Amino acid sequence: MAGSNDLKLLGMWASPFVLRVKLALSLKGLSYEYVEEDLRTKSELLLKSNPVHKKVPVLIHNGKPVCESSVILQYIDEAFAGTGPSLLPVDPYERAMARFWAAYIDDKMMAAWNQASKAKTEEEKAEAMKQSFATVETLEGALRDCGKGKPFFGGEDVGYVDVVLGGLLGWIRANDELQGVKPFDPERTPLLAAWAERFWSLEAVEPQMPDVSKLVEFGKMLQARQAAAGEGN
Amino acid sequence: MWASPMVIRVEWALRLKGVEYEYVDEDLANKSADLLRYNPVTKKVPVLVHDGKPIAESTIIVEYIDEAWNGGYPIMAADPYERAQARFWARYAEDKVRALYAIFSTTSEAQRKAAHEAQQCLKTLETALEGKKFFGGDAVGYVDIIVGWYAHWLPVVEEVCGVSVVTDEELPLLKAWFGRLLAVDVLKAALPDRDRLLAANKARREQVLSA
Repeated sequence: MAGSNDLKLLGMWASPFVLRVKLALSLKGLSYEYVEEDLRTKSELLLKSNPVHKKVPVLIHNGKPVCESSVILQYIDEAFAGTGPSLLPVDPYERAMARFWAAYIDDKMMAAWNQASKAKTEEEKAEAMKQSFATVETLEGALRDCGKGKPFFGGEDVGYVDVVLGGLLGWIRANDELQGVKPFDPERTPLLAAWAERFWSLEAVEPQMPDVSKLVEFGKMLQARQAAAGEGN
Repeated sequence: MWASPMVIRVEWALRLKGVEYEYVDEDLANKSADLLRYNPVTKKVPVLVHDGKPIAESTIIVEYIDEAWNGGYPIMAADPYERAQARFWARYAEDKVRALYAIFSTTSEAQRKAAHEAQQCLKTLETALEGKKFFGGDAVGYVDIIVGWYAHWLPVVEEVCGVSVVTDEELPLLKAWFGRLLAVDVLKAALPDRDRLLAANKARREQVLSA
């Protein structure tokens, strides 16, 4: 039904970036139409809505597309400021801190994980894992220092950084099985490990989270595809 | 650091807002204790310290300035959709900046490829300028502040590397925007001296080529 809040989300079930948007919409209590994209045969709507990157997620609000998960989250927060809780805090300094850690998660932590997954030799892998772990430790420090003992990065309630990190939790759990690595090891990063459990079990979060066993299957399929592609060289 | 485009972004935002600030030049080969204390995570400039509280990452600092001094010059549009567009393009520019640096660090065929790729990225960015004087519309806005450094730096890179990237034929809108941006007094005043920048980049290029 079209109206002043006509929302459509173009997504893909396994995408952590799409999940971020789903979580934000759920936390704000916003209803929307979800369209599952087959990324190997992208729809006309997707190509038209995100001509620059041709990627999901794309949020289409009253026919106008918004792209890039971090941009979409902030858009949702601003366009629906009166609806549900706010993702970003009110104070400009706290907003800057939230944006900083969200950017850190994407630009440093995820980049390090991607490097680790591309590593070919044992040596490369060990070095990449070390780098990866250093970024997770930094994030643990952020939760400890900025969080100040509160349950979430956002404080008493879930906020922007929680959603940005939360979107990755499905794959974090899947990678535990796929690569035998616990990115949020309760022994080494107890705050993040506790945060992960707490976040996942939230009423607005749990139903949105992907089936981890399906992610594992998908991950195995991607690994096989990668290996096959490698052998072709 | 005097030659950093990321630092210029912050200076531009402060100057547009008419905010007074103390500028501290860092020797990046010998970082000050203050810098390391204020930005322990990435140890980079720029860092804005406001009432003793540090903020890092230039794109984030610019939004902070807009919000902390929200009565002054509007850097971001008020409309959420326009803000989303602005953030999208700023992110695009950040992700593609590697393409620009690649021109600087390559030669011959690799450089031709890098220049071509940079041109393609800039053509995409240029679509956001269509029908407007600035990315922000009639006046300088967020995206202008984030990518405006191209107007001063790219011609220097082109000269140092002997390539053409932003030409009237290939990127007419961007080229015209370069001229308009550099004519804004407040922005022009903060730019590093072109000759000094040229010399510094020539020296860097020599280093890169001899490595």
